[in-house]
Amino acid sequence: MRPFAYSRPTDANSAVQALSAAASANSPVADAAIQALAGGTTLLDLMKLDVMRPSALVDINPLSDVWSAVNLDGGNLKLGALARMSDVAAHADIQKNYPVVADALKLAASPQIRNMASLGGNVLQRTRCTYFRDVSYENCNKRNPGSGCAAMDGFNRTHAVLGTSGQCIATYPGDFAQALIALNATVEIIGKSSARTVSFAELHRAPGNSPQIETTLMPGELISSFSIQGRWPRSTYFKVRDRQSYEFALSSAAIALEVQDGTIRDARIALGGVATVPWRARKAEGLLKGEKFDDALASQVAEAAFEDAVGSKHNAFKIALGKRVVARALHQAAAMEI
Amino acid sequence: MTDPEDRALTWSFNRRAFIGGAAGTVALPLVAKAAGDANTAAVAADLSLPVDVTLQINGATRPLNIDIRTTLLDALREHAGLTGSKKGCDHGQCGACTVMVDGRRVLSCLTLALTVQDQPITTIEGLSQGDQLHPMQQAFIDQDAFQCGYCTPGQIISAIACVKEGHATTDGDIREFMSGNICRCAAYPNIVAAVKQAAPAVSDEQKG
Repeated sequence: MRPFAYSRPTDANSAVQALSAAASANSPVADAAIQALAGGTTLLDLMKLDVMRPSALVDINPLSDVWSAVNLDGGNLKLGALARMSDVAAHADIQKNYPVVADALKLAASPQIRNMASLGGNVLQRTRCTYFRDVSYENCNKRNPGSGCAAMDGFNRTHAVLGTSGQCIATYPGDFAQALIALNATVEIIGKSSARTVSFAELHRAPGNSPQIETTLMPGELISSFSIQGRWPRSTYFKVRDRQSYEFALSSAAIALEVQDGTIRDARIALGGVATVPWRARKAEGLLKGEKFDDALASQVAEAAFEDAVGSKHNAFKIALGKRVVARALHQAAAMEI
Repeated sequence: MTDPEDRALTWSFNRRAFIGGAAGTVALPLVAKAAGDANTAAVAADLSLPVDVTLQINGATRPLNIDIRTTLLDALREHAGLTGSKKGCDHGQCGACTVMVDGRRVLSCLTLALTVQDQPITTIEGLSQGDQLHPMQQAFIDQDAFQCGYCTPGQIISAIACVKEGHATTDGDIREFMSGNICRCAAYPNIVAAVKQAAPAVSDEQKG
């Protein structure tokens, strides 16, 4: 690990000032020289691997007093960015009214990591692409823009089949983000001079021609909270992985349904483990609205969700697997007793 | 509880702790003190200089002079002479380094030591009352819940937390909530048995 300067501001304003100190508008936030430290479970791991090389860390944990609040007032949900995964997963009202949120958090990582990792850090975790994580591979467009992609011709079993580009096929690894996508969450962001609220779906950027730019966060900006409108008791997260626990998704689906008298009024589907960003399957969702749920419809929706999928040498199985995951998650959500 | 003063004394008579501790103290006069208190917004001017950090480990106050990059795991093992917590992967994938910080199980390999200065830390060395093993330690012996033993300190800390979190009610629950601790010898069935054996005593301890 390279040496770094360390600071521990006690209020948000000082934290943002510290993060903005040497921020260059042109450098991607993920590669910024000054990084915010929350749970540290991604950052310290990647610093040890020399993948991330910040010259300064701003420890934002003292902001937890204010930024870890969970608020369910008025029938909506607001989650502070420094709330820890385990605390939110264990929250009884979230389990009841937003099971997709509680499930996605509970099925992620390990109890120790969930005790440490913040929600804000969780959504910003970096890909688990082995070539990205191993600096002995020079050709990684994410780490060294323009250097090529070792995964394209490499062992790409865990890589993405949706949202890929000729530059990058790295999978977005998280689970919680899919719940936020499915629930149309917004994210509150504070910067040096102002605060803004954006749709969570606009936070992550597909790789395109610049896979090194992973989010639309501006240098010096911090996520302060996430908001979800309404309650979503008929929602679920289903995750398939190489082992039963403590593993990233090969394929997962976050589903939220609103059903009235047997007819689906609203449907949201987000896919994990298969795409370069938290993936909203909008076309597939559309097939559910106004319909009555049955097995044939589930299969049709699953097909639509992977219509545009493109496999690589080792990961084409994810397309077949992903369809089954969507169908099963839909069955799971439809069968929930509310 | 044992008097913290007693614990601070007893650790130095442990062979491995003595070697580690002695090595640590020799280095002290040789290094310059870094500027600034890490709890303020101040930043050490020269990043190569060690900083003063005070940890609360197993009820004892331990002032350390460490490189700013030092993880809690390395601070425990290399500077505080407490080698019970183990370094397996050093990347948050195996759980061998699990300790309690402020009553929560965390990975000490992904925690910077200077970020947890004001929080009580409990390691495997802090569990027994003198010669009286903690019920979870005793259960691991009774149930033969380890072979090589390398993952065991992390398993035991994690197991105590698993019970206190209320996740030791069924075998399935124990397996799920102990999944952050990998055992290369695959002693898993016996680990589940040990957690079940100690669960009532650990729950009582919490209530008491």
